[in-house]
Amino acid sequence: MLDVRGLRVEFGGRTAAVRGASLRVSKGETHCLVGESGCGKSVTALAVMNLLARGAKRDAEVLSFAGQDLLRLSDSRMSRLRGDRMAMIFQEPMTSLNPAYTVGSQMTEVLRRHRGTPRAQAVDRAAELLGLVGITAPGMRLGQYPHQLSGGLRQRVMIAMALMCDPELLVADEPTTALDVTVQAQILRLLATLRRDLGLGILLITHDLGVVARVADRVSVMYAGEVVESAPTAELFAAPRHPYTRGLLRCVPVPGKTRRGEPLGSIPGVVPRIPPGFRGCAFRDRCEHAAPNCAGAVPRRPAGPEHEFLCTLPADWTLREAAA
Amino acid sequence: MTLFLLRRLAVALLVAMTVLTLSFMLTRLSGDLAISIAGPNATQQDVELIRRAYGLDRPLIVQYLDWIGRAVVGDFGTSYFFRERVAGLIGQRLPVTITLGLVGLAMALAVAIPLGIAAAVREGTWMDRTVMLVALVGQAMPSFWLGLLLMVVLGLQLQLLPISGTGSWEHYVMPGIVLAFSAIPALMRLTRSGMVEALSSDYIRTARAKGLTRFSILAKHALRNAAIPVVSIAAVQLGFMLGGSIVIETVFALHGVGFLAWESISKNDFPVVQAVVLVLALIYIALTLLADLLNAVLDPRLRAA
Repeated sequence: MLDVRGLRVEFGGRTAAVRGASLRVSKGETHCLVGESGCGKSVTALAVMNLLARGAKRDAEVLSFAGQDLLRLSDSRMSRLRGDRMAMIFQEPMTSLNPAYTVGSQMTEVLRRHRGTPRAQAVDRAAELLGLVGITAPGMRLGQYPHQLSGGLRQRVMIAMALMCDPELLVADEPTTALDVTVQAQILRLLATLRRDLGLGILLITHDLGVVARVADRVSVMYAGEVVESAPTAELFAAPRHPYTRGLLRCVPVPGKTRRGEPLGSIPGVVPRIPPGFRGCAFRDRCEHAAPNCAGAVPRRPAGPEHEFLCTLPADWTLREAAA
Repeated sequence: MTLFLLRRLAVALLVAMTVLTLSFMLTRLSGDLAISIAGPNATQQDVELIRRAYGLDRPLIVQYLDWIGRAVVGDFGTSYFFRERVAGLIGQRLPVTITLGLVGLAMALAVAIPLGIAAAVREGTWMDRTVMLVALVGQAMPSFWLGLLLMVVLGLQLQLLPISGTGSWEHYVMPGIVLAFSAIPALMRLTRSGMVEALSSDYIRTARAKGLTRFSILAKHALRNAAIPVVSIAAVQLGFMLGGSIVIETVFALHGVGFLAWESISKNDFPVVQAVVLVLALIYIALTLLADLLNAVLDPRLRAA
């Protein structure tokens, strides 16, 4: 449904935020995009929605949604698609709603814009969706202003608002990061339900591997603007191939596996800022397997039918290392 | 909302009381009123007579309480110069000043808001820079000079508009432009900065993610939030226009309250001066209150405060 190949985003010709990222989201699938802060996850999401700030340059080999080439779509055609067939929710529930308008006004305007639905019907739909995302007394909430709601409620409102037009794709940029753990769990459960009941395709951006393990069908690991590894969730956790993915997974404690008192893994250094025209593997300065050929072209290696990674190491290097 | 209203009203009342006191004190501070009313050729006897006639021989506190007691019911006494009731004098002149102020504000808003929005939308481009440069120039230009310039060009050379007097609506055009000119820079800057801030906010990103039209994003979502400081300043500006129209009304010989104030100051007609200061201050207070109410309508968060 969503097909992104070779996506590039540059800011003012100085920083290459996304460098040839590729990913796909199918109907009813939850695809998680993970990585450290600054690796280009959010920029990728915004680029898909064409919501990048002015001054950002977007290019791709393929950027299509439901058979439409998003690169060629005019701004006004794109805005007809946004909020209607593809919706997005954000990391900051506290500031993402307009403080000057009621929840009801902000929710109904989506339906009125895209479907021309009369106000009364739009209000009914808004109330129905607030109920669906688990908000009690939806009638009362519709008349309230954002400042009267908690962060968790606001994020639910955002989700309900995103669903007003029954979108096929939901792009969720760290929707639970700003929320406390119990609310986080509720929101994730809600997203899983929506995917199952509405056949919603979800592109979920997160840096939290716990979230990935809970909800993702498929995971893409992003590093310095590139998708360095992509695989079905179980396979990625069981047999990661890219040294960066392995490093990430070592940073997460696993109950029963990580021994008490044993230090967790960490990856030294930070994500570098990559200038345009950079060649070779961006991870090589932080990689324990770095070799001279990492400065050259990096091949995309298959490691299974649905699993590939971007590295100079051979696909079976982990097995050989284990044997040695 | 009721609590908010009551609180604002209480503050307004307090300010009004302070102004009442100040306007009384200011006129007494400017020297012995009896001497200045009597004029330079008066004898000591005349001065004493005047002092008694106007009640200036009473203790200050009695004069003060008397003044408050009368002011509250709208009795400001009689003008020494015009020999008319002060309330009546102001009543005649006020419509002229208010009309002028409203014309000025309407012109200012009509120019400042669209330009401010345009500058914000094209932030950092030549358009933005030009608009801000014009604002700077406008702020630096003295209003009496602009008034004279307009008179010469529009009044004398092109003969499009009358240069002085109060007779018709045409008399308000030039003074209105001059007043508007002084208010435009501040209103425009505020509109621009408010819009720039609003447009970079998360809720505008949400509005774009919802696929709303450009018009709806600008006019509904951004402007409503950007308007809040503009409303406050517009009220203050209108207050300034009403009070500060003294220069403009003098330049254009427009017979409003400002012109009256100028006349009575130069003739030491203290009941009129006192009353004009008070009336303008009360209007100012009312405008501030109105701005607070408008802001509460615009921003629901203020209603809770």
